[in-house]
Amino acid sequence: MEKRARFRSLWLPYALVAPQILITLVFFIWPATQALWQSLLIQDAFGTSVEFVGLANFAELLNDPYYLKSFRVTAVFSIAVAFFGISIALLLAVMADRVVKGSAFYKTMLIWPYAVAPAVAAVLWLFMFSPSIGIIAWSLKHWFGYEWNHLLRGDQALWLVVGAAVWKQISYNFLFFLAGLQAIPKSLIEAAAIDGAGPLRRFVGIILPLLSPTLFFLLVVNMVYAFFDTFAIIDASTQGGPIKATEILVFKVFNDGFRGLDLGGSAAQSVILMGIVIALTVIQFKFVEKKVHY
Amino acid sequence: MVERRPWLDAFCHLLLILGVLVVSFPVYLTFIASTQTAEAVVQAPMSLLPGGHLLENYAQVLAHGTETQSSAPVGRMMLNSLVMALAIAIGKIAISLLSAFAIVYFRFPMRQLFFWMVFLTLMLPVEVRIMPTYKIVADLGLLDSYAGLTLPLIASATATFLFRQFFLTIPDELAEAARIDGAGPMRFFVDIILPLSRTNIAALFVILFIYGWNQYLWPLLVTTQENMYTTVIGIKRMMTSGDAATEWNLVMATAMLAMLPPVLVVIFMQRWFVKGLVETEK
Repeated sequence: MEKRARFRSLWLPYALVAPQILITLVFFIWPATQALWQSLLIQDAFGTSVEFVGLANFAELLNDPYYLKSFRVTAVFSIAVAFFGISIALLLAVMADRVVKGSAFYKTMLIWPYAVAPAVAAVLWLFMFSPSIGIIAWSLKHWFGYEWNHLLRGDQALWLVVGAAVWKQISYNFLFFLAGLQAIPKSLIEAAAIDGAGPLRRFVGIILPLLSPTLFFLLVVNMVYAFFDTFAIIDASTQGGPIKATEILVFKVFNDGFRGLDLGGSAAQSVILMGIVIALTVIQFKFVEKKVHY
Repeated sequence: MVERRPWLDAFCHLLLILGVLVVSFPVYLTFIASTQTAEAVVQAPMSLLPGGHLLENYAQVLAHGTETQSSAPVGRMMLNSLVMALAIAIGKIAISLLSAFAIVYFRFPMRQLFFWMVFLTLMLPVEVRIMPTYKIVADLGLLDSYAGLTLPLIASATATFLFRQFFLTIPDELAEAARIDGAGPMRFFVDIILPLSRTNIAALFVILFIYGWNQYLWPLLVTTQENMYTTVIGIKRMMTSGDAATEWNLVMATAMLAMLPPVLVVIFMQRWFVKGLVETEK
């Protein structure tokens, strides 16, 4: 789409885009190029010697059991976050769409966790589940005889970060599902009801298929969220431990680079992550375009 | 309402109330912990009723931080968070408005190139290019400064796209009329484009304010001096590895303070918030 009416000026458009372009160049394009270049080098921790090694960093990564483990952890983590985040939000949105009284109240009460910082969410969950003082850890132990100690048990630590990540993400998914539900024409539902379809039948036969674009969109967004935005949750709660049980890819990039000072390896990980982001973004845009052209 | 099913309605309400309770419980617990003494909090199980130290704890962290860990006053951190959130929100909106205006209302060489360059930023989260970005900011001498905190986060593909989409829907007649009346491009921008974009700006502001306030990784790296910490970073610095040494009542008071501004923004500007959220993701 193009504008018919335009303004003419030789310098003004450049002046207008200059701030944006300058910041993009200095803080985005240049660092990304650096990361690409760095991923082909091996440097010692003090930066005294640099050697060009081609794709050796990548080869090393793919043979590194910890990196492969981190891939597995990320896969489990993001699938769990997307699955629970989406299904709980869908359930609540369907309920909120049905009730008439109090729906504004429920909506407000369910969307505000979006505003809580991921790091703060992690601290809240850490506090509830702390093995020595956490009220939920205590209840699990005294009421159900279940020993909770995410400092020792990797599976529990993973559940803890999944819980915090899902808690924060539900409000986002809820809003999109609610908007999607409210866009479904009421006449369709009524027609089905007259034909004798019960609430469950209507949900499976009509509502769910019509919600599938929203569902797919949220799936991609939740994956991106679990991949990248959860860094703060991991760092503020488990720090990737115990024994790397919660070390997701984006945390490993940071940990290897800043704490382990393995610049080449960290940069190679960055490049792989960029590839994943670009793939996810392309999927998302392909889908959005399709939705627009309907 | 399609049909009467009182039992189903009751079930819906029950489930929603349960949902609200589960979602609110962590914050309720945080509030309770922030009203008690350090000793009362670490006694498992902690009391679920508010204690009597609300004002004391909040006054303590706002003015003096914690006693054993970080002694930076949280009042100062809140100010830093506010500056950061406002600078990111206003900065992003300003540069995106300008560049979207240029891309839509002018035709100039390299326009497509610029557009794709901005598009690229959409694909690269801070976390992914964190090492080299940090190095550049350090080389520019911007560590521990507001500029270092905000500038790298200010370029935004999302906002530029949103404004571009919106400008494309503004009727051509408006621009033609403005030109016939002798208005230059900047006059047109200030008198016509800006007022028309008001709702979009408000919606975007809410989303970006929350985004800026809640930043974690970037301020964690860029700030080394206590007087530059943001509130979210302050919480992290107040925690120690052992549960006993952490002054949980004060940490939780700080957590409440860190949550308060963005949550209030969401609750009181809900309309803009929902609009902003739904539109930025298109």
